[in-house]
Amino acid sequence: MKILVPVKRVVDYNVKVRVKADGTGVDIANVKMSMNPFDEIAVEEAVRLKEAGIATEVVAVSCGVAAFQETIRAAMAIGADRGILVETDVELQPLAVAKLLKALCDKEQPTVVICGKQAIDDDSNQTGQMLAALMGWPQATFASKMALGDAGGQMRATVTREIDGGLETLEIKLPAVVTTDLRLNEPRYATLPNIMKAKKKPLETVKPADLGVDVAPRLATLKVAEPPKRSAGVRVADVAQLVDKLKNEAKVI
Amino acid sequence: MQRESMEFDVLIVGGGPAGLAAAIRLKQLANEKGTELSVCLIEKAAEIGAHILSGAVMDPRALNELIPDWKEQGAPVTTAVTEDRVIFLNETGGRKVPNGLLPDCFLNHGNYIVRLGNVAKWLGEQAEALGVEVYPGFAGAEILYDETGAVKGVATGDMGVTREGEQGPAYQPGMELHAKYTLFAEGCRGHLGKQLEAKFNLRDGVDPQTYGIGLKELWEVPAERHEPGVVVHTTGWPLPSDTYGGGFVYHLEDNLVAIGYVVGLNYTNPHLSPFEEFQRYKTHPEIRKYLEGGKRLAYGARAIAAGGLQSQPKLVFPGGALIGDDAGFLNAARIKGSHAAIKSGALAAEAAFEAVTAERQRDKLAAFPEAFKSSWLYEELHKTRNFKPYMKKGLWMGSLLFGFDQKVLKGKAPWTLHNSSDHDKLKPAAECPKIDYPKPDGVLTFDRLSSVFLSNTNHEEDQPCHLQLKDASVPIAVNLAKYDAPEQRYCPAGVYEIVRDESGQNARLQINAQNCVHCKTCDIKDPTQNINWVVPQGGEGPIYQGM
Ligand SMILES: Cc1cc2nc3c(=O)[nH]c(=O)nc-3n(C[C@H](O)[C@H](O)[C@H](O)COP(=O)(O)OP(=O)(O)OC[C@H]3O[C@@H](n4cnc5c(N)ncnc54)[C@H](O)[C@@H]3O)c2cc1C
Ligand code: SF4
Repeated sequence: MKILVPVKRVVDYNVKVRVKADGTGVDIANVKMSMNPFDEIAVEEAVRLKEAGIATEVVAVSCGVAAFQETIRAAMAIGADRGILVETDVELQPLAVAKLLKALCDKEQPTVVICGKQAIDDDSNQTGQMLAALMGWPQATFASKMALGDAGGQMRATVTREIDGGLETLEIKLPAVVTTDLRLNEPRYATLPNIMKAKKKPLETVKPADLGVDVAPRLATLKVAEPPKRSAGVRVADVAQLVDKLKNEAKVI
Repeated sequence: MQRESMEFDVLIVGGGPAGLAAAIRLKQLANEKGTELSVCLIEKAAEIGAHILSGAVMDPRALNELIPDWKEQGAPVTTAVTEDRVIFLNETGGRKVPNGLLPDCFLNHGNYIVRLGNVAKWLGEQAEALGVEVYPGFAGAEILYDETGAVKGVATGDMGVTREGEQGPAYQPGMELHAKYTLFAEGCRGHLGKQLEAKFNLRDGVDPQTYGIGLKELWEVPAERHEPGVVVHTTGWPLPSDTYGGGFVYHLEDNLVAIGYVVGLNYTNPHLSPFEEFQRYKTHPEIRKYLEGGKRLAYGARAIAAGGLQSQPKLVFPGGALIGDDAGFLNAARIKGSHAAIKSGALAAEAAFEAVTAERQRDKLAAFPEAFKSSWLYEELHKTRNFKPYMKKGLWMGSLLFGFDQKVLKGKAPWTLHNSSDHDKLKPAAECPKIDYPKPDGVLTFDRLSSVFLSNTNHEEDQPCHLQLKDASVPIAVNLAKYDAPEQRYCPAGVYEIVRDESGQNARLQINAQNCVHCKTCDIKDPTQNINWVVPQGGEGPIYQGM
């Protein structure tokens, strides 16, 4: 069984981001980048499935600029066997990524795609779902637990998802797309020997055109702004004043 | 679980200018001579440059030698110094020193204003392109010795050890890195360097090292206040004239201004807070004029080894060498160490390369200190060697004497003055005036916690505390009783806190280790040297972006 794990390079979660003065986006010049934490969980889950003898190969894939190679290497240091980078300088939006992943799935024929539920930079939470739709595969999103098994000759995934007020358990047929939530597992530390070994694992680079995918952006960003500073609280004298303020200043009632 | 190990020709611990220059020089020589040479560099920060905090006005001399075409190679060294302003501040105003009166070492014509972290990142890329194996995220935690007692490498730290020191679920053992020669480039107050100095008696016959703490912020200012290339150095207010220190304002590119403050760690009043001095420094009319309407982007702090030649330990020992600020190569009169770090790294690399090609290993690289002695760097450091000791005589007298030394004697004074240690200089709190620091306004001045937030520092909480106390009773019995717990004030990250129970009794020291920005001040200034800084898990600590 082959597992495909898409990984994205994002601003490190420890770094406080800054909106560019001209409002065109977040300043990422000289900023430390890391693997999207949900993707790290996805890689860890895939590698555990391989270590458990269920999966035979874990392929890490990424779409973006040449530096995204680092992220694939990081996935290999956790235990992915090989990597594919779809290299492009074009700003990629979720649909473009989903289409690229579809092309890779057509080529690689994985049994499961495990991806992060969302990337911590744009928080889109769309790519996994779009990929499942494009492939016509079942999907189980926000997995906090997953198991793969054979039921009557059909491979299935049993996935527990965190939903409002409880847990929901789904069973889906494979091939399928599973997206990971925070509690699925705790990714291991990449050790120095494994990072050294990862440098020697195969990493293939292709271009969107090689896959026949048009990645041109469909959405335009109008403006990026910092959240407004919270203004100081005020003390009201009585209920009447509170109601008045809510009505006329906050305009919420 | 057993540690894996790997062999290299040369191992370098620390990816600052010194370590990276050594790595680059080694590979340049190997490539020129067509020989195989394996070079490995480890760095405790999550990425190269993320633990570098500097000014910085860089003298390009060493970089010119190392990578002559650095401009074409896209080095982030672009803002040439256009003007020097040296100002003596008093409480309300300041007097600019005419440039004609300044010793040459205070003038920066031909130098560049850089973000040293970015320069390090770029040097890291150059090193990797030359074939150096660069591994950020791994700290040298332990020195390894062979059976003859020579250094045979280092081990990286274990990961996933719990606070109690047990192997947690994520436990991963460190790795042993063995080499014919190991170069230690940890910067000021290296944690392994300190052990090497003790083990091989490297400080015998030299003065104690003396230090400063440097705090820095990066600001984005309105274009009309920005004067790219302008370098401002100040001395005087807010520090009393018997305390060594001063500030800097460097106008970088892109409307960025680096502002910082350095306080000599031989200060005597335990009530002094370097952080608060820095904050109120910014309120001086001569300084605030550069920042008004701007926005603070980043904050951090780092100790500076300022003792110069007199305080320099022996540079070599069997199996390796100390380079850069790990060996105190900084020129304190110029507060410049980046060029010295690069030069010392390159010189050590040349000695190591020669030794490895001669099939030697784990002996003393005697050629390194020899080459240093006949280099321009030695000449430069020799000329300004009396700066720090003169400054012990107070600001006015010190400046006068140093000016005389440099202008009249051209640094060739027949005397060499001596340094003494910093940790034993504090006077009892009861004998010193309390200092009333103004409250932060949240616009120009800030509190410590919101500042540390901007250093992006982070440490796994469930790991052994990396600030070790030799004796757990000392913080209360000595530090609090006698000095009113000075660690509460000198730590630029608010790591040390005295907490009491509801009745205000039972004081104890709480160590918020996850806030540490790896400046090493506590390891230096603790009055009884009771605090030992050791490396936390690799990849943790601040994430500076071009500081
Ligand atoms: C506030 C301030 C202002 C300054 N201004 C200037 C200036 O204007 N001009 C100038 O030229 N110089 C300036 N300096 C000095 C200059 O920054 C230093 O001299 C220079 O950075 C020293 O280089 P280095 O490579 O020896 O050490 P560092 O730059 O300190 O680098 C050491 C590296 O080693 C890593 N390391 C440490 N221990 C370990 C370990 N055990 N395992 C793995 N990695 C480790 C550290 O994380 C760090 O990345 C200033 C310094 C300060 C603090
Ligand atoms: S704990 Fe020590 S090394 Fe860490 S920030 Fe505070 S003074 Fe610096």
